Amino acid sequence: MNSVLKLILDGEALDTAQIGKILGLGAEAVDRELAALRQQGVLLGMRPVLNPSYESEHRVRAVIEIKIRTEGVGGFDGIAERISSFEQVESCYLMSGGYDLLVVVTADNLYKVAGFVHERLARIDGVQGTSTHFFLRAYKKDGFIVNAEASRRDQPSVSP
Amino acid sequence: MDSSGRFVARHVATLPKSGIRDFFAIVSKMKDAVSLGIGEPDFVTPYHIREAAISSLEKGRTSYTDNRGTQQFREEISRYVAKNYGPEYDPETEILGTIGVSEALDILLRSTLNPGDKVLYHEPCYVSYAPSVTLCHAEAIPIRTLSADQFALDPAALRAAWQPGCKLLILNFPTNPTGGTADRSKLEAIAKFAIEKDLLVASDEIYSELTFEGDHVSIASLPGMRERTVFLHGFSKAFAMTGFRIGYACGPAAVIDGMLKVHQYGIMCAPIMSQEAAVEALRNGRDSMLHMRDKYRERRDFIVRRFNELGLKCHLPRGAFYAFPDITSTGMDSMTFAQKLLEQQKVAMVPGTAFGEAGAGFCRASFSTSYEKIHEAGERIARFLDTIPRR
Repeated sequence: MNSVLKLILDGEALDTAQIGKILGLGAEAVDRELAALRQQGVLLGMRPVLNPSYESEHRVRAVIEIKIRTEGVGGFDGIAERISSFEQVESCYLMSGGYDLLVVVTADNLYKVAGFVHERLARIDGVQGTSTHFFLRAYKKDGFIVNAEASRRDQPSVSP
Repeated sequence: MDSSGRFVARHVATLPKSGIRDFFAIVSKMKDAVSLGIGEPDFVTPYHIREAAISSLEKGRTSYTDNRGTQQFREEISRYVAKNYGPEYDPETEILGTIGVSEALDILLRSTLNPGDKVLYHEPCYVSYAPSVTLCHAEAIPIRTLSADQFALDPAALRAAWQPGCKLLILNFPTNPTGGTADRSKLEAIAKFAIEKDLLVASDEIYSELTFEGDHVSIASLPGMRERTVFLHGFSKAFAMTGFRIGYACGPAAVIDGMLKVHQYGIMCAPIMSQEAAVEALRNGRDSMLHMRDKYRERRDFIVRRFNELGLKCHLPRGAFYAFPDITSTGMDSMTFAQKLLEQQKVAMVPGTAFGEAGAGFCRASFSTSYEKIHEAGERIARFLDTIPRR
């Protein structure tokens, strides 16, 4: 794997100058690598991973299971791409099992999610049914334990 | 006023406290210090190993075990050691489960040394070797290893240090604090000398899996050495299991039997849940171990390059997770350097002299920590060095 990418994926908060120093590359070289990774479509973007309780106060997140009919509406891809284009949609996956698409949406409140389901999703030709589940509490997000206790607090800071 | 000191035995009262303790006291009170002083993995024990310990508790396995450890534990050790190090040991008579290598070495010394016996060991070394020998009323004889030799033990230096009355030789490769290793040819010369002088060898191989260059060779695997070597190993470093306090000794039956006596009266047995976690590590821990080793190697390359860029000459440690830069260009001794660096820039490195006089002029920096911390420590050390005239 690309060494810059590997370091970013480790989840340490490092800026490009630090990455450059660690890899012995220089910040410009790291920037070039990152630009190339974006251009190749490998790296889609980089965002901080926030503790959900620090996201704006009343923001709600829901996962929506969607059943679709593909005949005459451009297949899975056509519908999935259309749904992905809504700004409320954080992520969208084609699934195996009892439904077809899994969509994660965020909105300012519950009613806005409801409105999105009724007024946007349900109106798309091919969408047969939806099932919406609201997130209540996060325990782990993107590999990070939320509200992790300092698990190593008894570790001595100097030891033989 | 507490006058209970009069009850403390002379040889204990005169034993110096570990230099690391004093240093720890200062660092622990300091907020936002960056510590390169931690002598243990920064990884949490791999989950499948923790799960084995949890499952052991859930099953209600909370009893004592055989003094030597469970049959299963000893059989797995026997298989692991034969596969990775060469020698085959009988789980019934030649393997003893212990509370880490610390206990294994302690009971080996206590069960083999008579008062006045002499013990050879190479320095800089782990902090407990010489004191453990002193506690047995025996005499510890250091052999200095040198930066120029990458801190490998020079067989000629061993021969020069030997004197009548030497009974035991302690080896630790890869070495804490230097990362020194010993290649086969050096070990062969050391083995030949041990046979010539009829020395028992205690080989602490706790860092052996964390060998970054070349293959680790155990002296126990060399011809004529199995019968005079006690192979000491544990789970703390390779499998990030320091808190489990679990290790083992493999050696000739009569020596293990002697150790067993001290162990059974003093300790009884290693904790059963740690033994069961260790079995899981031996059976299925290789992938996690290799993952951690790769991470250490990457960080090693960075920290060593950084020290050299900063003008603190640092050899590339071939094993363990410590860099051991030479700080003599600053004109300071190890303790002064470490103290000033801590006071002025809040970076903790352990003065080399904590590991014996041979560590003078060096400091130990653990790279078992995040890139972020290593990077930050590098920046702070650079600022610190800017303030002092260099030789």
